Amino acid sequence: MTTLSAAAPRVRPLAGVGQSLSLAWRGLVQIRHNPMELGDLSFQPIMFVLLFTYLFGGAISGDPQAYLPFMLPGIIVQSGLMATMNTGMGLSIDLHKGFFDRLQSLPIARWAPLAGRVISDTVKQGWSMFILLATGYAIGFRATQGVLGILGAFGLMLAFALLVSWFAVFIGTIAKEPEQVMMYGFTAIFPLSFLSNAYVPTHTLPWWLQAFVKINPVTQLSDAMRGLLTGGPVLDHALYGLLGGLVFAVIFAPLALVRLKRR
Amino acid sequence: MTNAILAEGLVKRFGQTTALNGVDLAVRQGTVLGLLGPNGAGKTTAVRILATLLRPDAGRATVGGLDVVRDAHRVRGLIGLTGQYASVDESLTGSENLRLIGRLHGFDRGAAKARAAELLRDFRLEDAADRAAKTYSGGMRRRLDLAASLVARPQLLFLDEPTTGLDPRARADVWDIARELVASGVSVLLTTQYLDEADQLADEIVVIDHGRVIAGGTPDELKRQTGAQTLAVRPALESDVDKVRAVVAELAASPELAGGVVTAQVTDPTVLPVVVRRLDDAGVAIAELALRTSTLDEVFLALTGHRAEQEEEIRA
Repeated sequence: MTTLSAAAPRVRPLAGVGQSLSLAWRGLVQIRHNPMELGDLSFQPIMFVLLFTYLFGGAISGDPQAYLPFMLPGIIVQSGLMATMNTGMGLSIDLHKGFFDRLQSLPIARWAPLAGRVISDTVKQGWSMFILLATGYAIGFRATQGVLGILGAFGLMLAFALLVSWFAVFIGTIAKEPEQVMMYGFTAIFPLSFLSNAYVPTHTLPWWLQAFVKINPVTQLSDAMRGLLTGGPVLDHALYGLLGGLVFAVIFAPLALVRLKRR
Repeated sequence: MTNAILAEGLVKRFGQTTALNGVDLAVRQGTVLGLLGPNGAGKTTAVRILATLLRPDAGRATVGGLDVVRDAHRVRGLIGLTGQYASVDESLTGSENLRLIGRLHGFDRGAAKARAAELLRDFRLEDAADRAAKTYSGGMRRRLDLAASLVARPQLLFLDEPTTGLDPRARADVWDIARELVASGVSVLLTTQYLDEADQLADEIVVIDHGRVIAGGTPDELKRQTGAQTLAVRPALESDVDKVRAVVAELAASPELAGGVVTAQVTDPTVLPVVVRRLDDAGVAIAELALRTSTLDEVFLALTGHRAEQEEEIRA
């Protein structure tokens, strides 16, 4: 036995990728049996675009059509940020229902369950962003920066979501029950996403609020998104926004991994 | 006979709480070891360590000869885990769950599908194969859990409270499955709060309480080890009870009479033939004569100072 176990083989990285993809498949197949999730992913984005455009458009920009190009990039960032909480929620459900333990007892890469979840959630994020853009197009939004601009917008959003999802994963590991994930998540993410220029121009705010709004990565990311979709400066805003996301990842990734290991 | 599982001096602390305080266990190849204890005794912690989900703070354990810490990955290839802490994905169908686990075990698509179909048939879940697991009854869910832990045909199975919350018929189903697995050579570590479950399935039992092993042996040894046996005699004629009581009193302390039956606690099983002879000499016709061992319930009470079933109520 000792000679046999001396090699102590681990999972080959390529096998780990395959396992992650199997688990990502699981995350996507779930939608079929859970119509609620389909609603979250598809109808909610449509509703929010219509709601914000026609309800606030007149008040903020004088006219819904003038507001749409300003607001749509902002809502993409905001809903992407909110959707990261689904990663935490799904993880929390797995932890509480015991499915996570089942996975941990299988001879798979330790990182595969998390990677699989993130892959499927990224696909869902991409889908929601597509619905947001398509709804915008249906009511008159036009991207002026070509296919590259749109691809850049997707890439930037998904990268940011990926970084912030470490925060969601951490919340998922500390929540006593899955419902708490949404509560914690919204408490943190709601102010972050609304205290930005995602929906309102910064200059309309009191000076002390402007100070926060200007340093909020959501503001920077919304501006980068506007640049990619309708023209304007991109690089500085994008880097600043991603830096903000990176801060989330650097703080919460180690905390989350420690929590998962110590359970 | 070799040990499928061997644990020595397992210690696990969570903050101030000591969940395991030096636990030794051995599951012989092809047998069932019942790990018995009230809630919070440390049963699940022990299983989680042996199934590589937790690292012990001290002590060591091998599963299939492999160290659960150093060789965790290879241990995972040998074991199946089922029970309260290893469930399926409720939003997937039975078939999808089993296929997923097959894929994760490295089966190709076709093999995973074939194995899933085979298990669904064996576990009478064919009709529910394409329904989400959340629509399953408790018994069906548990059968799917069991099937999920058997996808890769493990030689070692952890059954962690496999029948908690099941109705008697569903429990009997799970027991049948467990017996079949053992008959095919699988070694099982069973944790349970149900004493009759341990009595039914286990070749050997280890009783733990407060993170320590407080007793061990075969079910019969345990029953003998604590509490005396009970002698019960019912004479054919009720008028003979006084004679019976007198005979029994010569052999055992303080016989009791209830409902025409004389009972007494005895420690020496050889009293039985003596009782028969003396009653015969006294000309008493006997309707019923029995020497029964204590139940595991009585054993448990004697060992832990509380009944196992009480824990159930706290839980519910």
